[in-house]
Amino acid sequence: MAILADRNTRVIIQGITGREAATMSQEMLSYGTKVVAGVTPGKGGQKVHGIPVFDTMIEAVEKCGGDASIVSVPPLFAKDAVMEAAEVGIKLIVVLTERIPKSDVIEMLVYAESKGARVIGPNSPGIICPEETRLGYLGGSNPQKAYKKGAVGIISRSGGMCTELANILTRHGIGQSTVIGIGGDPVVGTTYTDLLPLFEKDEETKAVLLFCEPGGKKEEAAAEYIKEKFTKKVVVFFGGRFVDRMPGMRFGHASVIVRPGYGTTEEKIKLFKSAGCIVVEHYSEIPDVLKEVI
Amino acid sequence: MRLYEFEGKKLFKEWGLPVPDGELVEKEEELITAGEKIGFPLMAKVQILKGGRGKAGGVKEIKDEDELLDFGKKIFKEGFPGRPVRGILLEKKLDVEREFYLGITIDELEKRNCLLFTEGGMDVEEIAKSGMVLKFYVDPFTGLKSFLTKGFFAKANFKGRLLLDISEIAVKLYDLYIKMDAIMAEINPLILTRDKKFFCADSRIEIDDDALARQKGNLEKFNIPVREEKEREPTELEIKAREIDQLDHRGVAGRVVEFDGDIALIIGGGGASLTVFDAILRYGGKPANYCEIGGNPTVKKVQKLTELLLSKKGIRGVAVITNVLSNTRVDLVARGVIKGMLSKGIDPSRFPVVFRVPGSWEEEGFKILEKYGIKYFTREQTMDEAAKFIVELLKKGA
Repeated sequence: MAILADRNTRVIIQGITGREAATMSQEMLSYGTKVVAGVTPGKGGQKVHGIPVFDTMIEAVEKCGGDASIVSVPPLFAKDAVMEAAEVGIKLIVVLTERIPKSDVIEMLVYAESKGARVIGPNSPGIICPEETRLGYLGGSNPQKAYKKGAVGIISRSGGMCTELANILTRHGIGQSTVIGIGGDPVVGTTYTDLLPLFEKDEETKAVLLFCEPGGKKEEAAAEYIKEKFTKKVVVFFGGRFVDRMPGMRFGHASVIVRPGYGTTEEKIKLFKSAGCIVVEHYSEIPDVLKEVI
Repeated sequence: MRLYEFEGKKLFKEWGLPVPDGELVEKEEELITAGEKIGFPLMAKVQILKGGRGKAGGVKEIKDEDELLDFGKKIFKEGFPGRPVRGILLEKKLDVEREFYLGITIDELEKRNCLLFTEGGMDVEEIAKSGMVLKFYVDPFTGLKSFLTKGFFAKANFKGRLLLDISEIAVKLYDLYIKMDAIMAEINPLILTRDKKFFCADSRIEIDDDALARQKGNLEKFNIPVREEKEREPTELEIKAREIDQLDHRGVAGRVVEFDGDIALIIGGGGASLTVFDAILRYGGKPANYCEIGGNPTVKKVQKLTELLLSKKGIRGVAVITNVLSNTRVDLVARGVIKGMLSKGIDPSRFPVVFRVPGSWEEEGFKILEKYGIKYFTREQTMDEAAKFIVELLKKGA
């Protein structure tokens, strides 16, 4: 079993007529994802790779059904798209759009929460449950090259590192249960602490791999959760240890800034170690470390 | 985008928040006129975009004209350590009874804006860690209404007119914060004078970079220019790299941070570039720069970027390393880097260079790399191995 989604999850793509979303929808179809509809206001009636396009989410859900949606619309339209999906009862909303103003992000997350919907992202590459389904663009045009079904769950602040880490595991014969890119923004709908309980319950998942970065407080919260409640093995790898020495400067993602007093990798690693996690120095070591624990 | 104190105070005034009478002095010659207008004693405050100004001597109580000239002339002549000075703000000196910290910012774990309040002005980070801060998480759909702030400040033992006044200040600050798309709005210190009046003695406002497009009109109205800023002034190389990135809209190739080393790095994406930079350092290499590429940049952009990075003195090697790419074309990156090297008169088969860029169009990319005799790694090897390879190659050469 994977977490969050499986081969039966019916997916609607919001913003499907955009160039990148259209390419992605085709890749998702060929991976086996049940893409049932697309929505682009003003373009109802068209088709994208055979997928019917509607003007509104309510029409899409009434005609085709839908369990999850993927939001790939311009930044200033994202808040409305997320709220529309939550309003019609979509319970999993994956937001790929980046550079959404923060006040819009807060509004859409709080609204979705009030409707009982889970939001992944913004600025997320999506989710992949290898050999089951893919929501988003992880793995590009050939996800089967990097991803393989198996026992390791991956949660990552970086999209590129999802595929990089899955690739090295797959090369060493280690498969993945579900891989989630939570998004590189400071404020995202779902973090480590929201996903770990799902991996805890999932029988297929034997261990979890976290890709972490400096900045913010998400890792601190994760370490606390793991210490108190998580029983499976956790392997942690950090990119950007050098950022500790350059407070105030931003590298990579918008969330990667070390502020005076918090956010350093050094402190985060200390907490993970005291929670019983294995923190590796080089990511090349991960397959060997995982083989010991699964 | 951070605002200067005087810019933040323009916003405060517009929103009806109490600020001390003040004048911005931009030239030495204006010092005396402005000083007389405010009246002595006054506070002189250097306008820079960085915290810790008070400790570094950027805020001074001024008794008379002579002191003002001494302080002002020095600042205008010598500047202020680490930052260009936008001017000096002269303000009426307040008769302080108590100082507070009042701020609004985002709490990333609660996913909400949060009102923060505590007694005492300086070193709010220290106070925050000690847990003495009162917090109120704002529901974005309710907003920060008067009845909420009154309840909040009543808990902090404010009563009567002072309770109403400070509650009103918080309501106005939140309104400004939301309407200006701020991600941080601080009044530190918020001062209560002996005659029981509140004043916003400092302002620290940061506007959301992702909202600058829709804030353009507002910022123009207050005469606040949109600017790019870093913790330090950009170097010439960094400025040129930014120009290259703006050559066209396709892909990113030019967000550069310059360092002192000898390996030119072209790395990506967001998390992988952090990982590669760590790996180079760990193996004992010295990066000459941090430079991310992604989103399928054009050959021309990559070529220009390569030329620029190679133009730095003392470059002894080039490392082009990324995670397994999903949308950037490997062959285009390879072409760009090779063209850049050739146009600088460098033979890629003789110069220390390593490629580890797997992903779409990789077969075509690898063919080109082979043709020019460049060492490359595939997805079968890690980014660590590529980093180690270039560092050891340079060690052997040294």
